[in-house]
Amino acid sequence: MAVTMTDAAAERVSAFLANRGKGVGLRLGVRTTGCSGLAYVLEFVDDLEDGDEVFETRGLKIIIDGKSLVYLNGTELDFVKEGLNEGFQFNNPNVKDECGCGESFTV
Amino acid sequence: MALLQIAEPGQSAAPHQKKLAIGIDLGTTHSLVATVRSGQSETLLDSHGRAILPSVVGYQTEQVLTGYDALANSEQDPANTIVSVKRFMGRSLADVKARAQSFPYNFTTTDNGLVAFNTPRGKVNAIEVSAELLSQLKQRAQSALSGDIDGAVITVPAYFDDAQRQATKDAAELAGLNVLRLINEPTAAALAYGLDSGDEGVIVVYDLGGGTFDVSVLRLQKGIFEVLATGGDSVLGGDDFDQLLVADFIRGAGLTTAQLSSSDVRHLANVARQTKEQLSDAASVVAELMLSTGKYQIDVSRQHFESLIDSLVRKTLRASKRALKDAGINLDEILQVVMVGGSTRVPKVRADVAELFGKQPLTTIDPDQVVALGAAIQADVLVGNKSADDMLLLDVIPLSLGLETMGGLVEKVIPRNSTIPIAKAQEFTTFKDGQTAMMIHVLQGERELVDDCRSLARFTLTDIPPLAAGAAHIRVTFQVDADGLLSVSAMEKSTGVSASIDVKPSYGLSEDEITHMIKSSITHAEQDMGARMLAEQRVEADRVLEALIVALAADGDKLLSCSEREALEAGMLELKQIADGDDDKAIEQAIEQVNQLSEQFAARRMDLSIRTALAGHKVDEV
Repeated sequence: MAVTMTDAAAERVSAFLANRGKGVGLRLGVRTTGCSGLAYVLEFVDDLEDGDEVFETRGLKIIIDGKSLVYLNGTELDFVKEGLNEGFQFNNPNVKDECGCGESFTV
Repeated sequence: MALLQIAEPGQSAAPHQKKLAIGIDLGTTHSLVATVRSGQSETLLDSHGRAILPSVVGYQTEQVLTGYDALANSEQDPANTIVSVKRFMGRSLADVKARAQSFPYNFTTTDNGLVAFNTPRGKVNAIEVSAELLSQLKQRAQSALSGDIDGAVITVPAYFDDAQRQATKDAAELAGLNVLRLINEPTAAALAYGLDSGDEGVIVVYDLGGGTFDVSVLRLQKGIFEVLATGGDSVLGGDDFDQLLVADFIRGAGLTTAQLSSSDVRHLANVARQTKEQLSDAASVVAELMLSTGKYQIDVSRQHFESLIDSLVRKTLRASKRALKDAGINLDEILQVVMVGGSTRVPKVRADVAELFGKQPLTTIDPDQVVALGAAIQADVLVGNKSADDMLLLDVIPLSLGLETMGGLVEKVIPRNSTIPIAKAQEFTTFKDGQTAMMIHVLQGERELVDDCRSLARFTLTDIPPLAAGAAHIRVTFQVDADGLLSVSAMEKSTGVSASIDVKPSYGLSEDEITHMIKSSITHAEQDMGARMLAEQRVEADRVLEALIVALAADGDKLLSCSEREALEAGMLELKQIADGDDDKAIEQAIEQVNQLSEQFAARRMDLSIRTALAGHKVDEV
């Protein structure tokens, strides 16, 4: 079980963490909400919680709770620019279907 | 696939719930838009990767150009290319003409006397021109954030008055933006530096932009910014540095202003700006002028440039000291000095500011972007993306607000430098028996007499129940919202009838005028006090006479002998004559005399009314 990050994503996450001045890493997760079943969570982490698993990649800690990991296994976090917009994108091999906007998905 | 941003722990928004909020710095020469993404405030770039949108709008028959496109066209079509439109916000044409600056535009006026421009696309006013810039920034934000913008915080100079703030709000609404709040530019800058989470203390923000100079003295206490005082000059900035260089160029080329075409003038301004920017790094620059009269080369050394701008820089330092004095702060109490505005890149400005305050100012954030970045942080809080540690911003009103009372006096309801938002109520009463209406005349200024203050608005409260003079209770409430906009309401307490007005004065005041108004209140303090005492005695004389006339008409024949009545009426006539004079002491004495003359009469009237009230009643019923 593992998740990975692209160079672009790692660079941005490091920059954001440095700018924020605190935090142990980045939380990836899913929760049941949204128009298509599940939605991604992307948050800074200040404290680890029970059931969290920690992945070290490119010098950064990615934290995923055990429940979410099932849905995220094999995911690659990328940072992309689309025109003027820019942000993070989950390349998740488990996804079967997404809502039109891509903010929520089903597995 | 939607692109995600990193949220604070536990604050991931549900899908489609993340509110998009932007901060806009609507500047005199440059405008910017910024937003908070993944916890970081950043300016949004256009499709060419540029953060700055020059505040320039060009009107052509078939299209409206904004920003760099308009700027590129400015030399060809100066009459229809509006630059520095912020200087015209909330201004009347008379205001602009009085400033004796030459503009290449075809000026006209709107129905309410505000500045407008005749263009190939018809008449446009300053609000509409600003709206073009704002909607350009809004479109940029929409494509950068892939969604509709939920709200915007727009910054304004601290010295913007009600008219100018309202004009800015109107422009934003015209551009389809939901304005969360207008905040002062210096306050936004302090937020961008994160000074809200730093040490408590006094922070000075020195903001020398393209067209305006603002200095603000803020106090940070328990995470709250309070603006202690503001000062500045709404018509001083980097543009003026450019103008000095232009004048120098014209002298250097041996020309006169009359020999220059409009496009020459615009070309000179552009070269001057480039020269100024280059002189920040280079010790000297050769300016190449391509004018209709020929080509010229002029050497400008940094030293020469610094001597040109010396008096302007000193002007900013004087205003800074004045603001400190207003705030009651000594130089050694200042914790931080924040530099804002492109003109603070000029080495002389930095050096002189450092010398005045005795410490190195903060310059690490791009001074052109710092205001927009701070506005974005505030917008993010106001739109509700940040639940915890809310920021509370307090600003001040630059001039006292009050209303006219009898005798042409001004009763101040909200004193100047009060922090906003603020609401204050005061009770007033009627002057005449049976008075059923009251005019509320709202004034701004520091002087005691109506004629010396600035009239903001008038409205009338009608349907006051007819009561004896002084019996009606009218509660007048002044409310200044967080954007610095004033609304005044008046309510008669027994019946609840009310009337109110939102103040949108037809045109604004320049900083010079504000300074003048404050200064003259000090230099005229004694004269004002005398005038107030005289006016008060006159009002009192009128009130006494009014009451006696009513009383004489009612009971004069019944209760007074002929001689008593004659004596009283003679005293009243004398009082009337003295009250027309200028001696408040004499009026006071005459009032006293009439009071003595009428003492008997008053006592008899009292007896009479008690007898009337008691007639037919038993003693134990009383």
